[in-house]
Amino acid sequence: MSKYTEDDLREELKTKEYEYGFYTDIESDTFPNGLNEDIVRAISKKKNEPQWMTEWRLEAFRAWEDMIEPEWANIHYKKPDFQAISYYSAPNSKPKYDSLDEVDPELLATFKKLGISLDEQKKLAGVAMDVVVDSVSVATTFKKTLAEKGIIFMSISEAIQEYPELVRKYIGTVVPKKDNFYAALNSAVFSDGSFCYIPKGVKCPMELSTYFRINQAGTGQFERTLVVADEGSYVSYLEGCTAPSRDENQLHAAVVELIALDNAEIKYSTVQNWYPGNSEGKGGVYNFVTKRGLCEKNAKISWTQVETGSAITWKYPSCVLKGDNSVGEFYSIAVTNNFQQADTGTKMIHLGKNTKSTIISKGISAGKSQNSYRGLVQISPRADNARNFSQCDSLLMGNECGAHTFPYIEAKNKTAQVEHEATTSKIGEDQIFYCNQRGIDTEKAIALIVNGFSKDVLNKLPMEFAVEAQKLLEISLEGSVG
Amino acid sequence: MAFEDTVNIESPIHDIRTQAIKNFEIEGFPTKRQEAWKYTSLNSILKYDYSVFPKHEKALDYGEVKKYFIHDIDSYKIIFVDGKYSSHLSQTTHDGIDVCLMSAALTKPKYRLVIDNYFNKIAAKDGLSSLNTAFSAEGAYIHIPKNKVVEKPIQILHFSTGDESALLLQPRNLIVVDENAHVQIIERHQSLTDNPVLTNSVTEVFANKRAIVDYYKIQNDRQTASLIDNTFINQKRESVAKLHTFSFGGKLTRNNVSFFQNGERIDSTMKGITIIGNKQHVDHNTLVHHIEPNCESHQDYKGIFDDNATGVFNGKVVVEKEAQKTNAFQANNNILISDKASINTKPQLEIFADDVKCSHGCTIGQLDESAMFYLRSRGIPKKEARALLMFGFSNNVLETVTIPEIKNRITKIIAQKLGVNIGFNL
Repeated sequence: MSKYTEDDLREELKTKEYEYGFYTDIESDTFPNGLNEDIVRAISKKKNEPQWMTEWRLEAFRAWEDMIEPEWANIHYKKPDFQAISYYSAPNSKPKYDSLDEVDPELLATFKKLGISLDEQKKLAGVAMDVVVDSVSVATTFKKTLAEKGIIFMSISEAIQEYPELVRKYIGTVVPKKDNFYAALNSAVFSDGSFCYIPKGVKCPMELSTYFRINQAGTGQFERTLVVADEGSYVSYLEGCTAPSRDENQLHAAVVELIALDNAEIKYSTVQNWYPGNSEGKGGVYNFVTKRGLCEKNAKISWTQVETGSAITWKYPSCVLKGDNSVGEFYSIAVTNNFQQADTGTKMIHLGKNTKSTIISKGISAGKSQNSYRGLVQISPRADNARNFSQCDSLLMGNECGAHTFPYIEAKNKTAQVEHEATTSKIGEDQIFYCNQRGIDTEKAIALIVNGFSKDVLNKLPMEFAVEAQKLLEISLEGSVG
Repeated sequence: MAFEDTVNIESPIHDIRTQAIKNFEIEGFPTKRQEAWKYTSLNSILKYDYSVFPKHEKALDYGEVKKYFIHDIDSYKIIFVDGKYSSHLSQTTHDGIDVCLMSAALTKPKYRLVIDNYFNKIAAKDGLSSLNTAFSAEGAYIHIPKNKVVEKPIQILHFSTGDESALLLQPRNLIVVDENAHVQIIERHQSLTDNPVLTNSVTEVFANKRAIVDYYKIQNDRQTASLIDNTFINQKRESVAKLHTFSFGGKLTRNNVSFFQNGERIDSTMKGITIIGNKQHVDHNTLVHHIEPNCESHQDYKGIFDDNATGVFNGKVVVEKEAQKTNAFQANNNILISDKASINTKPQLEIFADDVKCSHGCTIGQLDESAMFYLRSRGIPKKEARALLMFGFSNNVLETVTIPEIKNRITKIIAQKLGVNIGFNL
């Protein structure tokens, strides 16, 4: 039997749906291709949005029309045709397979390695599921606890209906709708996303995760997340999933806005493992994300990301340190293999006094991939005693990949203390030899060394994520050494 | 082409010039929209109506300008006044080595081979370099043949007298150092009045097999003079090239430095000290292109910025796939003294080879208060203590300077810049 490739799977995914006719035909859920004002209006109408939201989307759309796609990033790809995309399709409620037996065995093997339960596997692969009693009950108790604390956690479409004042007050304040090409596109057409509000002084008792928000599963193509932590509150938010998600959407342009009011703290962790394309560099997801957080007085925002998927990643989670004594952190591991390209990093904008930021970025490139760190540290004239520490380390495996560092540092205050250091190296042959000698095979040895290399960042992940992320690193680099 | 009338059409480089004019017409002057010019705008210096070819020559007395020379050592001198060669201030030679004029090299047949092989071979084709290629009339031509160690340094000085209300100078230097040869070069641009001057200089340096090139650029000009210095250094195997840039003044100074390592076991060093105040702007834009294996590069730039000064450091290290075992190091350290001063720094690494050791570091900080206290507690006045610390901060750039007279001169300039009267030499 010829090898069952990912292309075949993709093909299969497409054809399968029609074959079995799994369309939920309540009403047409997919819009025609192309983007114009009517489509934007239609999306808004479909979601039964208030007038101001429709106007907001239209404004973004008009701005987007005048914008050009940015080209400064160190990535090369065929630009998507924005008129060839359908901008609205209902969440993936339709099952793709009848049973797990039909799913790509390679995918299942990966699930097994990650230690994902059978039910979860079904869900992730898009297999039709009976009601998983367990999962529902977990979610229900979960929601109850949150409600008791007054925490709002729902999809953004729901929030627009139920808490329009809150959404209206905060949406677009951190990432303005005209911020950049993809943010404007997202603002115009975002399909869904999450909204989270933590009231004053509340410490969210559990890690909030999109995964638990059942019924709203399936990350949309244009996701919009808004997290507001009111004064003195704390929340830890998990996005994404370690399991490979075979999304058919080629282009993802998400926007994430975090608002940490006085004394609040937000911890935002991401594990991204979208389809990276096959080993010849065909296919794969384009991931163009705008993520930004705003810190008021004494607030803290911490971004942690593990990026292993996507063919193209263009992502700079940023912190605007507006309030005095606010703190911004960025911990990142970006792994690229085969033909993947990543241009990722952060921006730390110091506006308030005594603001602090830390950047730890670990890039691992293997195969024929290109991995870039791009960061900005900006100290404004009134940001007295601002402090930044940045460290960017790159690990290269093989001589066909590249690692690049583009740090921008702009200081306009004499009391600023900024440090940046970057190193590039490979895994030492002596290190491998040491492991081999002690009976650890090369593949495992590399996993071990990579793990040590990324430890600073892995440590910042919430417990349950960290374990999976470690395995994920291993899997992503599988076969990268001969 | 109005300018074409004034240049020699018979010149062997006529085609190169015509092409350069075309390039310039396409590229034009760089704008802030270009990544490499993000932090430096030329608007403030391009607003003048510069005269390109000064009408008459002006003679300078050695006494007037002696202080701009490193005068306490014997040296070859190539001196230009308002872009014209000044024979009585200069001391050139053809004895074993060629230290002479670009205009002569471009016209005389005996230099033809060198010109054909080297002229405009590594200069960038961007707007500014093309402008220079197209219209530069004069500069230094230095050719050191095989196995020759030049026993005394060569000084290249450009004076502008302010005879024209605004002057654009475009010197063009070609320096070819053959196998095993060794040369030391000192370059300086000096304006003598407050009339605006813009210098757009292009220097091509070829360090052939095992050659040693030691290049010093002293930039301590008036507040009205601006300098765009484009230096391209091509190295062959086992050669050593060192470039020290001392930027202490000028309205706008932009140093474009490119090193190309075309061979194995090459060593490239570029270092700089920048101490500026007022509304001065200094931009160091460096590139090291590691093309072959087993090479090294070292970059170390220190900056101290006072008043409204702005500093830019944009360093780029490219390591090609074949350039295994590369060892590249880059450091940029800065101190901001005033609230209005600012620094933008962007050290970049682009690495395509896996077996390399590349690192960069950059810092922005202040003087260590405990060190300050230590000095003060031992009776050293505040100003002097501060100066001592700053000198210490920039000292390791001076460590690799091989001509003691330059070191002394730089030390004096630093003392003067920091407003103290101490020798620093402990």
